[in-house]
Amino acid sequence: MRVGIIGVGMTAFRPATPEYSWKELMFEAASRAYADAGVDPRTDVDSFITCAEDYYEGFGIFDEFVPDQLGAALRPTCTVSGDGLQGLANAFMQIETGLVDVAVVEAHSKASDIVTLEGVIEHALDPVWNKPLGAHPFVIAGLEADAYLRATKTPRRALAAVVRKNRQNALTNPLAAYAAKIEMDEVLGSDERFAPLRSLDIANSADGCVVLVLASETAATKLHANPVWIRGVGWASDSPSLETRDWAGGEYARLAAAMAYRLAKIRRPSVEIDLAEVDDRFSFKELLHLEALGLAKKGEAGKRALRGDYGADGSLPVNVSGGSLGCGNVFEATGLHRAAEVALQLRGDAGMHQVDGVQVGVAQSWRFVPSATGAVAVLGVGR
Amino acid sequence: MRKVGVIGAGMTLFRRRLQETGKEMCFEATKMALDSAGLTRADVDTVVCGTAPDAFDGVAMKGEYLLDGCGGYRKPYTRVFTGGGTGVFSTIAGWWHVASGLADVALVVNEEKMSSCQPHPQSVFAHIWDPILDRPLKPNLVWIFAMEMNRYMTVYGVKKEDIARVAVKNKRNAVGHPCAQLADPNITVDDVLNSEVMAWPVQRLDISPPSDGASAVVLASEDFIRKRRIKDRAWISGVGWCIDSTMWTDRDLVFPEYVARAAKMAYKMAKIDEPRRQIDFAEPYDPFDYKELHHLEGLLLADKGEAPVLTREGVTERDGKMPVCPSGGLLGVGNPIAATMGMKIGELFWQLTGQAGKRQIPREVHTGVSQAWGDLMQYGSVVVMRA
Repeated sequence: MRVGIIGVGMTAFRPATPEYSWKELMFEAASRAYADAGVDPRTDVDSFITCAEDYYEGFGIFDEFVPDQLGAALRPTCTVSGDGLQGLANAFMQIETGLVDVAVVEAHSKASDIVTLEGVIEHALDPVWNKPLGAHPFVIAGLEADAYLRATKTPRRALAAVVRKNRQNALTNPLAAYAAKIEMDEVLGSDERFAPLRSLDIANSADGCVVLVLASETAATKLHANPVWIRGVGWASDSPSLETRDWAGGEYARLAAAMAYRLAKIRRPSVEIDLAEVDDRFSFKELLHLEALGLAKKGEAGKRALRGDYGADGSLPVNVSGGSLGCGNVFEATGLHRAAEVALQLRGDAGMHQVDGVQVGVAQSWRFVPSATGAVAVLGVGR
Repeated sequence: MRKVGVIGAGMTLFRRRLQETGKEMCFEATKMALDSAGLTRADVDTVVCGTAPDAFDGVAMKGEYLLDGCGGYRKPYTRVFTGGGTGVFSTIAGWWHVASGLADVALVVNEEKMSSCQPHPQSVFAHIWDPILDRPLKPNLVWIFAMEMNRYMTVYGVKKEDIARVAVKNKRNAVGHPCAQLADPNITVDDVLNSEVMAWPVQRLDISPPSDGASAVVLASEDFIRKRRIKDRAWISGVGWCIDSTMWTDRDLVFPEYVARAAKMAYKMAKIDEPRRQIDFAEPYDPFDYKELHHLEGLLLADKGEAPVLTREGVTERDGKMPVCPSGGLLGVGNPIAATMGMKIGELFWQLTGQAGKRQIPREVHTGVSQAWGDLMQYGSVVVMRA
């Protein structure tokens, strides 16, 4: 049975939203998604999934606070403590069982409410082996960037090319929080943070919410929707321990992609995929993820980035939306945002940043520091 | 929809376990479940982790932290979380991994380590309230449940002794459970009624104890079970889950409508239209003794206000007409929130495959239902299993 995305709803992504509560952000994105899909959540939706982590939210059991603003009270609803793409994968499976016809996936960020973000992320480190070292958790990203650059002989300048591209792409995305006309020299001259990463290599936090409505083919036909099909989903985790994981190759992304491609029957991703939205919350991650997804040969993503292959008019447009560097880091909503952008592109609804003639797109996510977990969704239109 | 069976289960001792990390407890339960199914980690396609508030363990993104203990290394791994409802809900998530065709074998591992939370795990519950409407009142769960219990007693004129009978029954049932923390063969109704008052009408022995522990179950598709010629299996024939509004103050606390809706969803899938006749035994969630009664009514296994009568008449005893919590439940075995899966899903599997040992129901049973309850008195998750 085919499963498609029939509704996309997003708020704008902004550095802070003092006039909004997170419930209001959820309500806004959900209302947009339901209007886009033409569904009434109280009668047409069979299952709701939210993607959230307690510590980011500042609650003991965040699942409690989900139902009302989504229209999910007294309905089947649950939390997937993971990235939005993992939530999408669970909704996909629920529909595949036949028990559910229409499912809603929600993920959001209210990062501006977090007073001690460093402390929250530090709490995710192994309490016995790693937390006592006392380093800022982003050191892990720095070490990983260093391992990646060395292993693939990628020039440091390639990271600056990623930042320039994504921040500039965001200028054509009205929802983006951090659009800017930034040049490579500015990236390379920005403050040193977690060597080799500099301040402009790191996505800034943003608030925002993304809601997608999924439906089985039968339900989509009944609702007269024009779905973007979910051709494959995959998710995987490498070792949670820093000492035993793969540092340079993004094993989680490689495994997740292999699963998604298997379901989507994609054998040559670099030929069959027209557009990609990948996690770029640290500039090097975009290149590492492109290689892990089989969209670039090992060690070539950096060179291709410097050649401009990944621009909106390049051979493989990557993060045309602006990615997280341009739109902002929305934590667990990041992967769902990537999927929403791919869906809009495939529908031809991406507005100023629309790429012409795209049929198959891939969205990829990573669960941020300190995890080695990621997910992939292959989306397509037609056939 | 593919048919999915439970083919193995394991659970650790429920205690304050200062020597082990959460990961280690997960490993122990996972190994037991895989061994009992005769499988190894190589057979597992996907892993679902269920664990409740991160703040108990004091680790953010707790699912990621527990990952390798749960056998999730380099596999598709997801954590689901519906508060206390996780105890049954994670199995529902495992079910859709297999029923959808994405996996043949799914491992479900639930863990809770409450003892690392100082001075008492109750302090975590200070952070589960609406920050504007509830938190300034400094509520805690015991007095909130005292309100619910009081409402239940008042509306139906239930006597405290009849509620205490549940605690007595479950703590006695737990005597045969190798993981039990508070089994007591000699406990009486008077012991419960004379125990320390926490928040009237809740007394100390009305409540299940906080605990550390882990439990695991292995789910597999019908094809896999047939191909491997696995004999000990129990089929998941119905699943249902439901959340009520966050605004608990707007709800009538006397009846758990969210449990009833989850139950109806599961019964519809399992083609059960007369639950009292078609279900042989039940494992409802019993963190407090009155909750077992409340949930029996939510599960449509008793009329509204009738559950205390059934308990008094012995219907819910292990050798009664409708055995309830033959495992000993949370009151007898312990309440490491999500890990109570061992008494809910695990017990159904053991009872239906005749492996419950001293706890085995003395007549043949074919259909069981388990249920968990969570979030802010608002979540119901229900699984129906058949032999």
